Amino acid sequence: MGRRLKFNVFRYNPQDSNSVPHTDKFFLEETESMTLFIALTQIREEKDPSLQFDFCCRAGICGSCGMVINGRPGLACKTLTRELPDEITLMPLPVFKLIGDLSVDTGTWFRAMNEKVGSWIHTGKTFNPNVEEEKMDNALAEEIYELERCVECGCCVASCGTANMREDFIGAVALNRIARFMLDPRDRRNERDYFEVIGTDEGIFGCMGLLACEDVCPKDLPLQDQLGILRRKMGWTAIKGLFRFKQ
Amino acid sequence: MAGERVAIEAASAGFKATCLSIVPPRRSHSSAAQGGMQASLANCCMGEGDCTDTHFEDTVKGSDWGCDQEVARLFAETAPEAVREMAFWGIPWNRVVAGRSTYFKGGKKHEKVEPAEKKGLITARSFGGTAKWRTCYTSDGTGHTLLYTMDNKVVELGVTVHDRMEVISLVHDGHTCFGAVARCLKTGALKSYLAKATLIATGGYGRIYRETTNAVINEGSGAIIALDTEIVPLGNPEAIQFHPTGIVPTNILVTEGCRGDGGTLLDVNEKRFMPEYEPEKEELASRDVVSRWMTHHIRRGFGVKSPYGDHLWLDIRHLGARHIKTKLREVEEICNNFLGVDPVTQLIPVRPAQHYTMAGVRTNKDGAAYGLKGLFAAGEAACWDLHGFNRLGGNSLAETVVAGKIVGKKIAEFLQGHEIQFSSAIVRDAVARNHEGIDRLITGKDGNENVYEVRNAIQEELMERVGIFRNGKDLQKAVDNLQEIYHRAKKVGLRTSGIGVSPELALALKIKGMVKLALCVAYGALKRNESRGCHAREDYLARDDRDWLKRTLATWKQGDDLPTLSYEPVSEVIELPPGERGYGACKIITCDGEILGD
Repeated sequence: MGRRLKFNVFRYNPQDSNSVPHTDKFFLEETESMTLFIALTQIREEKDPSLQFDFCCRAGICGSCGMVINGRPGLACKTLTRELPDEITLMPLPVFKLIGDLSVDTGTWFRAMNEKVGSWIHTGKTFNPNVEEEKMDNALAEEIYELERCVECGCCVASCGTANMREDFIGAVALNRIARFMLDPRDRRNERDYFEVIGTDEGIFGCMGLLACEDVCPKDLPLQDQLGILRRKMGWTAIKGLFRFKQ
Repeated sequence: MAGERVAIEAASAGFKATCLSIVPPRRSHSSAAQGGMQASLANCCMGEGDCTDTHFEDTVKGSDWGCDQEVARLFAETAPEAVREMAFWGIPWNRVVAGRSTYFKGGKKHEKVEPAEKKGLITARSFGGTAKWRTCYTSDGTGHTLLYTMDNKVVELGVTVHDRMEVISLVHDGHTCFGAVARCLKTGALKSYLAKATLIATGGYGRIYRETTNAVINEGSGAIIALDTEIVPLGNPEAIQFHPTGIVPTNILVTEGCRGDGGTLLDVNEKRFMPEYEPEKEELASRDVVSRWMTHHIRRGFGVKSPYGDHLWLDIRHLGARHIKTKLREVEEICNNFLGVDPVTQLIPVRPAQHYTMAGVRTNKDGAAYGLKGLFAAGEAACWDLHGFNRLGGNSLAETVVAGKIVGKKIAEFLQGHEIQFSSAIVRDAVARNHEGIDRLITGKDGNENVYEVRNAIQEELMERVGIFRNGKDLQKAVDNLQEIYHRAKKVGLRTSGIGVSPELALALKIKGMVKLALCVAYGALKRNESRGCHAREDYLARDDRDWLKRTLATWKQGDDLPTLSYEPVSEVIELPPGERGYGACKIITCDGEILGD
C-alpha cells in the first residue's frame, strides 16, 4: 500500500502517420489488490484515453490481455501489482501483429492455427437426435477437459524461442490442441493423420525444448508433458513410416 | 455464442454467413459462464424422473410467470437434444460415475448411488430453483468448452468471422433491415455489411452498472442499435438480474455451482442464514430471492465489514480439496488470484452483483425482432422471452445453444427464396450519418464533456437507485438525474485525436445509447407498480397478476429524452397458470383480484 508505481508503456499507433514507437511513463498510487487491469484502466480514463490494450472478462478466463510484463508474457488482468517491483514495464506480445500500443491481433493468428490443425472432431458419422449420447468414461472426460482449458492467450507462443525465430512454427498451443484430440475417441483421425499436421519442423520437431511455454502458461497446462508425449509418438510414427516406405 | 450457433445453422443450410464480433469469438463473455447448461436428460440418480415438463415448470416459476410459456416449452423440449449435439461436436461433458458417492446439501453430507447402466452418460449438478439435478457441466468451465466447441464448428464449416468489428448502427428503411454499419477495432475504419437477414447476438448490458460480473464489452451495443431505429422495442428493460455471489471487491463471478454442489452462505457470525428465510430451498432458491435475502440480512446488521462495504461469506471448505480442484477449478483460481484466498481452507467474501439482463431486443418465438423485417436476435441480447423476471442458473448457456439452433433454423427458412433490393442511398446515408457523428466527437463540436465521467454518472445512478430493492421515490429521482446525464452525453467531445482504433471514440459512440438504456431500465421500473422476480418494489410488495401480467415494450423516438412504453400480455398461451413459486414467499394479487399470502 502507498507505493508510487512507475509504468513504462510501449506506445505506437500504426494508424497515425505521426506516431513513432516509443515508451510513455505513467505514475500511479498503488491501491489494495490492484491488478494491471485496474491500473491500465485508470491510466486510460484519467491520464491518456488514447492508450490501447485489450481486456474482456478481467477474470483470467477469456485470454484477451496477454502482454509482456517486466519481460515475461502473462495475463495482465490476473497480475497483481503487489507481486511486481515499483517500476513496471509493459510491452505488447511479440510474434502477433501489432494493432496499437499493448494490443495485438491474436484473432487472425488463432483462426489460422485452428484451421491448420483441424481443431474439431473429425468424424464420418452424422448426429442422430433420437438416440442417447455415446458413453464416455468420466476420467477420460476430465483428462480431455484438462487440455481443453487453454484460453488461446498467446503467452506460450510469445515466449517460444522457435516461434520468435520462425513464422511458420505452430507453437505449444497448437500441439496441445492436437494432444487434446488424440485423447478423444470421437475424433477418428489416426496417428498418421496427426503426423501429417504436426510431424514436421513447423510442428513438434521444431520445438527446441526450452519450455518457456509451460513456465508462462496462465492456466498451468501440462505443456511439457504433452510436448514430450507428442514427440515420442510422432517419432515412432516417423520411424514406422520409414519402414513402410522401404518395404 | 448464440450468434455462432445461428451462423452454423444458416451455413449448414447452404447460406453464406458472416459473423461480426467485437472480440475474437473465443473471448466472448459466454466463456465466463461457469456452472453449466440445463437439460432434462435425467441420467444421474438425483435427476431421476426429470423430464421436459419439469424443466418447463421450473423455468416458468423461476421467471415469476413473466416468461412466454410457448418459448419456455419449446426451449425445454429442445435442450436435451442440444446438449447431445454439443457432445457429438466435442464437449467433454462430465459423466455419470457408477456406484456409491457422497454429496453435500445444506452443509450436511449425504450419500447417493449411481446405477451401473447409466455409467458414462452425461451427468448433471444441482442449481438454484430446480426440482432435479439438471445442469450439465464440464467442471466449472462449461461456457469455455461450449464456446470453443462452437467456434471449432464455425472453423470446420468455414464460416467467415470478422473479429474486432463493432456494429454502430443498423441499415434500414423503417420496414426492412438491410444490414449494419460497423467500425473496425483494428483500424478505426467504417465498413457497411449488407444482408438479407441480420442477427443481434451481443449479450447483455451489465456494464451500465458499476458493480457487475459482466465482461467490459457488455455495454449493450446490440440493444442500443435496436433502440436507435425508433421502431424495434426492448422487452422488459427493467428486468435485471443480480447474482448472489460476486466476489468483493472485484465483482468477479463465482459460480452458482458452488451452492449447487453444497456450499453455504454465512454471515458475520459465520452462521448460515438462508434456512431461516427459505426453509425449503435454503441457499438454492432462485437468484433474485437469494440476492434479496442477502441484502436484507446485511441491512439487518449481519454483514461482514470491509473497506469495500459490507459483504457475506460463501463457504465451500467442507466440499474438500479434491472436489474443489476438479469440479470448481476456476473458482479456486479466481479466489487465489484475485483475493489471495484459498477456498479449500478459507471463506470467500461475496455479495450480490449485477449479472444478467433478462431484458433485450424483443422478438417473437422465431427470434424475429418486432418492427423490422429481416432483423433477428438471440441469446442474452434478445428478449425471446424465456426468462421473464428472473433467469434460472444454467438456463443462459442453454438459451444460447437452444435459441441459436431454433432461430438459426427459422432464419434459414426465412431466407429460402427470399430476395430483397438494396438501396445504395440508404446505405450511403447510414454511413454518412456515422461519419458525421464521429467528426462531431473528434472536433468537439457539441461540447467537451468527458465520456468516462458521463459513464461513471450513469453507473452511479443505477447502483444507487435502480438496484435490488426499488421504490417510486428513488426511481423518479433516478429518471430525473438520468435525463440530465442524457443531455450531458449529447455534449461529449474527445480529449484525444480519435485517430485509429481510439478506445475513447469507441465509448463515445455508445454513450448516448448507454444513457438511453439506463433510462429504459429506470423508467420501466418506475412504471411497474408491483414486485415480480428481480423487480422488487418496496412500495408495491405484491406480485400483481391482475394488472401486471404483461411485458414492458420500450422504444425511443428521436428528440425525446424518455422512452415510450407500451405493454403486451406476457404469454399468448398460459399452460401453467400463475401461482406460488415455492420459494421467495410474497403477497400475490391473483388475476381475479384475490389477495394471497403476506
